[in-house]
Amino acid sequence: MAKVHVSMTVNGDAVEGLVEPRTLLIHFIRENLLLTGAHIGCDTSHCGACTVDLDGKSVKSCTLFAVQAEGASITTIEGMAAPDGTLHALQEGFRMMHGLQCGFCTPGMILRAHRLLLENPDPSEEEIRFGIAGNMCRCTGYQNIVKAIQYAAAKINGVPFQEAAE
Amino acid sequence: MIPGRFEYHRPKSLPEAVALLAKLGEDARPLAGGHSLIPMMKLRMATPEHLVDLAGIADLKGIRHEGGRIVIGAMTTQAELIASADLSAALPILKETALLIADPQVRYVGTLGGNVANGDPGNDMPAVMMALDATYQLAGEKGAREVAAREFYQGAYFTALEPGEMLAAISIPVPPAGHGAAYEKLKRKIGDYATAAAAVVLTKADGRIATCAIALTNVGDTPLLAEEAAHILTGTSADAASLARAIAAAEAITEPATDGRGTAAYRTKMAGIMLERALARALARAAG
Ligand SMILES: Cc1cc2nc3c(=O)[nH]c(=O)nc-3n(C[C@H](O)[C@H](O)[C@H](O)COP(=O)(O)OP(=O)(O)OC[C@H]3O[C@@H](n4cnc5c(N)ncnc54)[C@H](O)[C@@H]3O)c2cc1C
Ligand code: FES
Ligand code: FES
Repeated sequence: MAKVHVSMTVNGDAVEGLVEPRTLLIHFIRENLLLTGAHIGCDTSHCGACTVDLDGKSVKSCTLFAVQAEGASITTIEGMAAPDGTLHALQEGFRMMHGLQCGFCTPGMILRAHRLLLENPDPSEEEIRFGIAGNMCRCTGYQNIVKAIQYAAAKINGVPFQEAAE
Repeated sequence: MIPGRFEYHRPKSLPEAVALLAKLGEDARPLAGGHSLIPMMKLRMATPEHLVDLAGIADLKGIRHEGGRIVIGAMTTQAELIASADLSAALPILKETALLIADPQVRYVGTLGGNVANGDPGNDMPAVMMALDATYQLAGEKGAREVAAREFYQGAYFTALEPGEMLAAISIPVPPAGHGAAYEKLKRKIGDYATAAAAVVLTKADGRIATCAIALTNVGDTPLLAEEAAHILTGTSADAASLARAIAAAEAITEPATDGRGTAAYRTKMAGIMLERALARALARAAG
């Protein structure tokens, strides 16, 4: 079946490629663009490891065809740090608060948390948990992921981070 | 898992989409958010040869008032329903329901049209649309027609849509100010379809239930309109005996499957409990 030309912006760069219509966005990102930060966890739209930011929405890139992203602007974990390597506040938060163990869920968690904080810069713990409910972590028990996001929110808002008492 | 091969079409207008669907016939399916269809294609439970992506059709987006009705374009996403202050004021049950569907990522992409046109008895919006007595505006090669949500669902994945026809918009009569509505859903975890769920829309006058509509999710091959239960409650003061009779009448029309969510008997009982809770909240919210 004829391949289709797709073009989009990924982490600020214009990219294009020829894909079969059935090519999933996650495969285009990982195999054509060789950006392997977004992971395939479940492949069944449940785990969120494949989450990227697409035109202001957090999306599961295993459940979109690359052709649906024609013309879109996408951010993956590779686009989060500054060009000089300075970590994004969320990356710093995950590092400082031990928000990861194996790290498999982390790119998806960070991209989802990124959109959450843009929409709600000062979320409550409950709002954070509800906001990342589409992302599974099999290691941390989420406690430190929530702290990492609270750390990032404080840093972005320019206020001191206060770790809640356990 | 990679879906089977298909040809991709992206029409820019509704007439173009309708013409394509008519020409391609049974081999084609509309693609909305893809969050029901793509998982089914991965599993080969759906193997369309053509997908007609509706995302490029601006007319299928948005929420507008038309007289006493709210008309929502089929491609409006669940996240857009949640974000609409206008909709939250007029029809708060839609936001309440949308927030119980899946997770944030799915709600950014999944559309109201896809949710109600899919025909999966697990989808949450169809029962709400039945309780609200919504009308589906369909577009086809032979022209436009309207089908009541209450007439639309014929079996699991089997709806009143004719081959080549598609859903353009959902038109909902705005319930009177002071109405009470609620959607209660039992699920095992976030992102799960309902073990059982109930939608209630009612009005009160002089302390009695003046009008009432009830529909149930995922306890039969289709969403179920619980007419007898609503009839029992109408005119009563929602006293304990009437409530118990109505809930028993609603349980009696359920035919759930025994599956990972529980036995059939359990799910029937849970439909009753969800209805009890939805009625309590709708009654508390209603004025009069
Ligand atoms: C992890 C996960 C959990 C979920 N949990 C829930 C849940 O709890 N409750 C719930 O209700 N849903 C749930 N969903 C489904 C989700 O809400 C879907 O997005 C929705 O059911 C379908 O909308 P869509 O826009 O993605 O449609 P698509 O997947 O694109 O389409 C679904 C079907 O409808 C047809 N269709 C779509 N639009 C039209 C149209 N305009 N006219 C005619 N036919 C059309 C398609 O051809 C297809 O057959 C879940 C999905 C996922 C991935
Ligand atoms: S890999 Fe996409 S949701 Fe799990
Ligand atoms: S750190 Fe291992 S899955 Fe989250």
